[in-house]
Amino acid sequence: MSALVTQNLVKRFGGVTATDNVTLSVEPGELHAIIGPNGAGKSTLIGQLAGEIAPDSGSVALFGETVTALQVHQRAKRGLARTYQITQLAKDFTALDNVLLAVNARATHNFRFWRNAHDDSIAVDRALAALNTVGLSAQKNTPVATLAHGEQRQLEIAMALATEPKLLLLDEPLAGMSQGEATAMIALLKSLKGRYPMLLVEHDMDAVFSLADRVSVLVYGRIIATDLPANIRSNPEVRAAYLGDEVAA
Amino acid sequence: MKLFPAAIDWRAPRTLVAVFVLITLLLLPLLMTGDSGSFYVKFITRVMIYALAAIGLNFILGFGGMVSLGHAMYVMLGAYAVAIPAQHGIVSGWAHLGIALVATAVLAAVIGAVALRTTGIAFIMITLAFAQMLFFGAVSLKDYGGDDGLTLAARSDFALFDLSSNGSLYYVTLFCVVLALYLSWRAVLSPFGLVLRGSKSNTRRAAALGHPVFRYQLVAYVASALACAVAGVLLANLTQFASPAYGAWTLSGELIVIVILGGLGTVFGPLIGAILLLSLEEILPMLVELTLPDYKSNWMLLLGAFIFIIALVLKRGVFGSLSASSATHRKGDKQ
Repeated sequence: MSALVTQNLVKRFGGVTATDNVTLSVEPGELHAIIGPNGAGKSTLIGQLAGEIAPDSGSVALFGETVTALQVHQRAKRGLARTYQITQLAKDFTALDNVLLAVNARATHNFRFWRNAHDDSIAVDRALAALNTVGLSAQKNTPVATLAHGEQRQLEIAMALATEPKLLLLDEPLAGMSQGEATAMIALLKSLKGRYPMLLVEHDMDAVFSLADRVSVLVYGRIIATDLPANIRSNPEVRAAYLGDEVAA
Repeated sequence: MKLFPAAIDWRAPRTLVAVFVLITLLLLPLLMTGDSGSFYVKFITRVMIYALAAIGLNFILGFGGMVSLGHAMYVMLGAYAVAIPAQHGIVSGWAHLGIALVATAVLAAVIGAVALRTTGIAFIMITLAFAQMLFFGAVSLKDYGGDDGLTLAARSDFALFDLSSNGSLYYVTLFCVVLALYLSWRAVLSPFGLVLRGSKSNTRRAAALGHPVFRYQLVAYVASALACAVAGVLLANLTQFASPAYGAWTLSGELIVIVILGGLGTVFGPLIGAILLLSLEEILPMLVELTLPDYKSNWMLLLGAFIFIIALVLKRGVFGSLSASSATHRKGDKQ
């Protein structure tokens, strides 16, 4: 069963069709990358998958269950975890508390009012493990506001992992990173590959072609091609629409 | 089980101030005797009642990021839950308290469920609108004094302890304040509090992680209203009076000022804020009368200037600006 399937997803903003009849799938264990020029509608598409934006028509299914009408937190409970292109963290929390917030999202509920959240050693251990996975153990007690940009990006991933997801939506995880940070992030994504089905939206072509099992190309809200990375490189329509000089060079 | 939800740094400035204030409040009535003593005991009881309401408001304002400009309506509701049954001969304090809590829980759940559909300015306006509706609702209660309010023949009868003396009412109020401080301290640090604070800090992310943010906010909103209702019950007993004025939006605003003055998002801040604001409201008019009798009615100018300076200099409020740690280089947000 596919981890994620969208059928004929359409979203219009006024006269602009931001998502134009998008049908795509993410198979178990697959890393499916979406590339496209700025304004192609990548973030709008991610928003509809996560439930932050309601599509005008079409459907979204997670693991065979239609979730089009479900809210953001309900989709998250079904195993969908996402990261944001523009970092979305609890800014006045420490790194550990951010991840602990994510770990606690796995609990059936958090209507527990008495014991300190830090005294839940199982949850704290899970949070520490997630920080360790992304290499942020040393910064666990650092307030998020004082973390470096690259570290905040890593924390984004740690939070998504801490919810023990069944599917990852990664919205430009390399955005704004230095070369060194990007290399580390790509290595991290490689290590996660296969453990989770992933939908990766990314600008960095080298990253996409080294990571992806399949690549879809989004142009003006429409998917113009979905194929293996090698075939995408040589697809003339894609080259005309997007890759252009970058590949030719 | 541990008594405190977190390790306490006994030498931290915040801890020292909190302990000093609590011990002072505990001993104060013993030092105040005679007629003027009775005045001060009643005055500090009023301060603590405001503090109790502000502790409730702080729970959603400071830790949940919900700016309610209507919390005085729950204080008024608590006061009427004493005065109206008393008018009908029901003098049991437990009945008054029960009515106040049940009525407030129901009303707050309904109002919260509507208001929490909005955020920011819209939330402020919608809570204000509900409070104004309740205010004018109380004004229209002609059988219960309408605009003029209701006078209580006697204080609530709590069987076990007698509230008729100002001293006992003082200690009951102090107990409620300490209980509210303790419970909110525990709740803030609990998993519930983590989600509440997380959703204040980043609502979008909290939802994306899978937290049903609305439910947490609603529960926090109702809990915060209940603290205000208890404050209302105590206020009606202190003044032996209930009137729509207790639900005026100016009082809602005053509660916000208390919370911010003390230190938004600190558990103990509202008590400090209430002590400061109400003391200034007593002291400044006297001071102005002594020095510039002609300008007695303009003392509010000084209060405004004071709040202005605090807001400018101590961005985190008076208590919030104190260090939470005895080590000088780090600042936390707890205690």
